[in-house]
Amino acid sequence: MIAWLERQIPKMVLAPSFVAILIFVYGFIAWTAWISLTRSKLLPKYELHGVIQYKRLFASPRWETAMDNLFIFGALFIGISMLLGLMLAILLDQKIRVEGVLRTIYLYPMALSMIVTGTAWKWIMNPGLGIEAMVRGWGFESFTFNWVIDPKMAIYAVVIAGVWQASGFVMALFLAGLRSVDGEIIKAAPVDGIPGWRIYSAIILPSMAPIFLSAFIVLAHLAIKSFDLVVALTGGGPGYATDLPATYMYAMAFSRGDIGQAASSAMVMMGVVFAIVVPYLYSELRAKHD
Amino acid sequence: MRRSVLAAASALAIAGASLAQAGPQAEVLHWWTSGGEAKSVAVLQQEFSANGGTWTDMPVAGGGGDAAMTALRARVLSGNAPTAVQLKGPAIQEWYEEGVLANISAVAEAEGWDKVLPASIAAHMKCEGQWCAAPVNVHRVDWLWANAEILKANGIEMPTSWDEFNAAADKLQAAGVIPLAHGGQAWQDATVFEVVALGILGADGFQQAFVDLDPAMLASDKMVAVFDQMRKMRGYVDSNFPGRDWNLATSMVMNGEAAFQIMGDWAKGEFLAAGKVPGQDFLCASAPGAGFLYNVDSFAMFDVAGDDKQDGQALLAKLIVGQNFQKVFNLNKGSIPARVDVPMEEFDSCAHLSAADMTSSSKDGTLLPSYAHGMAMRGAQSGAITDVVTAHFNSDMSSKDAVAMLVDAVANSL
Amino acid sequence: MTDYSYPAPTMSPDTRPAPSRYGQTALRWLLFTLLGLFALFYLMPLFVMVTTSLKSLEEIRSGSLVAFPRDVTFEAWRTAWSGACTGIQCEGLRPYFWNSVLLAVPAVLISSFLGAANGYVIAQWNFRGANLIFSAMLFGCFIPFQVVLLPMARMLGLMGLAGTIPGLIFAHVIYGIGFTTLFFRNFYVTIPSDLVKAAKVDGAGFFRIFWSIFLPLSLPIIVVTVIWQFTQIWNDFLFGVSFSQAGTQPITVALNNIVNSTTGIKEYNVDMAAAIIAGLPTLLVYVVAGKYFIRGLTAGSVKGLMQ
Repeated sequence: MIAWLERQIPKMVLAPSFVAILIFVYGFIAWTAWISLTRSKLLPKYELHGVIQYKRLFASPRWETAMDNLFIFGALFIGISMLLGLMLAILLDQKIRVEGVLRTIYLYPMALSMIVTGTAWKWIMNPGLGIEAMVRGWGFESFTFNWVIDPKMAIYAVVIAGVWQASGFVMALFLAGLRSVDGEIIKAAPVDGIPGWRIYSAIILPSMAPIFLSAFIVLAHLAIKSFDLVVALTGGGPGYATDLPATYMYAMAFSRGDIGQAASSAMVMMGVVFAIVVPYLYSELRAKHD
Repeated sequence: MRRSVLAAASALAIAGASLAQAGPQAEVLHWWTSGGEAKSVAVLQQEFSANGGTWTDMPVAGGGGDAAMTALRARVLSGNAPTAVQLKGPAIQEWYEEGVLANISAVAEAEGWDKVLPASIAAHMKCEGQWCAAPVNVHRVDWLWANAEILKANGIEMPTSWDEFNAAADKLQAAGVIPLAHGGQAWQDATVFEVVALGILGADGFQQAFVDLDPAMLASDKMVAVFDQMRKMRGYVDSNFPGRDWNLATSMVMNGEAAFQIMGDWAKGEFLAAGKVPGQDFLCASAPGAGFLYNVDSFAMFDVAGDDKQDGQALLAKLIVGQNFQKVFNLNKGSIPARVDVPMEEFDSCAHLSAADMTSSSKDGTLLPSYAHGMAMRGAQSGAITDVVTAHFNSDMSSKDAVAMLVDAVANSL
Repeated sequence: MTDYSYPAPTMSPDTRPAPSRYGQTALRWLLFTLLGLFALFYLMPLFVMVTTSLKSLEEIRSGSLVAFPRDVTFEAWRTAWSGACTGIQCEGLRPYFWNSVLLAVPAVLISSFLGAANGYVIAQWNFRGANLIFSAMLFGCFIPFQVVLLPMARMLGLMGLAGTIPGLIFAHVIYGIGFTTLFFRNFYVTIPSDLVKAAKVDGAGFFRIFWSIFLPLSLPIIVVTVIWQFTQIWNDFLFGVSFSQAGTQPITVALNNIVNSTTGIKEYNVDMAAAIIAGLPTLLVYVVAGKYFIRGLTAGSVKGLMQ
């Protein structure tokens, strides 16, 4: 009996968290799915009305913009943050004396929420106040940097601020990866006459494949949840040119009292998350079985 | 550290103890948190305390009340509604329909609110015939602000029609002055749009389009003309406008960078704070077109249990509509009192103009709710319209396309 | 940008086969220039915030936003800490700061502890279905908080925790479990399972092994988890604004109240000072513990992330 109990301990330890996740994540997703099939306005209602909310959603030009933006923003944000993070990590790995200081400088943006840094970014990117005005002040009259006010370019301005915030964290991941690669390999390579860049491209980077994947997951999670970033920097504007699904959902649920519509957009977002995360989880589980 | 933990613990204890305490109680959710606004609310709190009440402040700023509405929904769903909430326009009736508002008719009738409030404003405060909210102020939205010196230097009078406005703007542009100071945020685009719409559609047309949501009016040629004028306005704005806060636009007018701004009368507070004198440094006039677009702030009372809280609601409602608070608050805030019998001696010339126009508009039926500030229709509809307005203003969409999109968007939002 | 990423490593003195002294120095300078330029890019917003917070309002109105202050004044900092209006009370951020501390410290500790226990079970006491549970938890990391706001409010109401700090702690713990479990699981997975087997032979039980073998080994990953959780919870606004009431609002809500005036006058210097104060604890954690953060990641979590 005691032995049996002993064997059940691990399950009992995991159980509370599992139950909590079951209710507060999956239960709530189910709740949202239900609400997305209703005509809930200000507060949730439970009478079903079919897929009307999804029809409305896909008829909305603003939602279309939001989804397009998610893909543009997501791809660029993830791609650039990875490249920049990797590059900074490799540069910092060259036995730099002031590494500690530089690392902290690259890493600190992750510590601050965009509510805090948003206004500063808004000013820096504003052509009349920030970089453009400054460079023109130096005498380069034709210099322009007006992405944030151009509906076609504003989403790229959001990418800049996003990369600024997250790339330091990616750098930390890669730097940790570089440090955990066996030093002997790196030392041995030059002796064998292998040039430095080959060491990185042929030996070190391939061995860090798991880090690329985990960096991708962290960044994908940030991209999908990006909300403060857009709200603080552009407020979704000009027009709704920089709207993202998360801001769309928030606007519908809380400023417009259109909860059914918000729920349907949430479900589509969850679908996107599912499409990204499930392959990751699959590889995670498969790796375990090997 | 230990002391602070104690302090926090005692703060919690006080919050807990207040439940048992007698005397009127009110937890007030509002989004007036900045300097002048906060001081204005503090006036109410002082009066409330002076009458034996205990005021618990629950401020949530941001997005013109969006964040506060988020908090409100969470509070209502968790069965922990605040006692009084800053709410306005049809949102009051929407919350009433959810069955969560309290009835304050007893106070309203005892205080004779029907006699002192203009009928159209009183209508916003009633839910199926009973009173459910108390009005604080009347902001006028359709104001045209101008830099007096620039107008004089260029020989321009305050325009009284949109053609005159366009002529003046062209002249200013030729003289190297930005004609219109504007901030490219959706609500500001919507503000300019509704002011232009009032001028071009007229009061009846505005009513049909933005209160009745009449598809015929929304699709009309007049609406095309409104968007045409918006396209013109876009040309009168400098290129750095997107994302600009309204107060920065106001300081452009103050500094002489720009000549005009279309904005509600909270802009007056900016001018006054910078030491500018109305009529001398800056001019205020109603924007071209007859009518008066109002934006009325109010407090709705939520259904709460406990005599102390219900007493708090009654006391709060009485004080809000009381003459003293209406005067002091509105002197601070730049708006005018909602009740018509408040002495206006201490108010400035712009406020006098506003009060006179409100009275005359109320008589000839041109006192209209502002759509851009959530007075005319429910959030889903006004949001859908704003999406179109801001998309048109920030792109090169044609007016015809914009009108077609407007009709679709409104239909899709119902 | 990609152009730089490959030539750069060749500059390294210990990887380059036979560097000429001259070329080496030049490359070294290039390296420092590059790193310095990026440092400037990362520091730019902080520079704007700090300088603005030290200017008077007149100077901000008249001068360039991206310039050093002419007259340094700490007035705005004082106002932001103890005088700015966050409603009818004008006591600055101070009272809210302690709400955030009272909320963040327990939430970080509890979620980290749960993560450690879960990670320990999943990594070392794997039973059938444990991986499925782990996947389910991971997916939970991705749920946007806007989605759970309303049902969570309802649940907190039912549990009698509406508007309280314990309620906020509860919400943060629930939605923190996914990440903390991920961190610990990936760390513990790198510890050889023989260790557990040997300890079992010696008669140690589940908790004994956890307490006396695993926890003492976990310092690096505890640092990572605590930094991550503290940053997330301290900076949270959405839960803070939705699940609090008067008296329990965290500092981000107060900051938002100071910064977001709808129809009032904006005091940018106070806004910026308030923003820096609100961000100071997390900033400090990164500066002080940043080194251990990288070390913690190196110590296993990264390596083990996919094993």
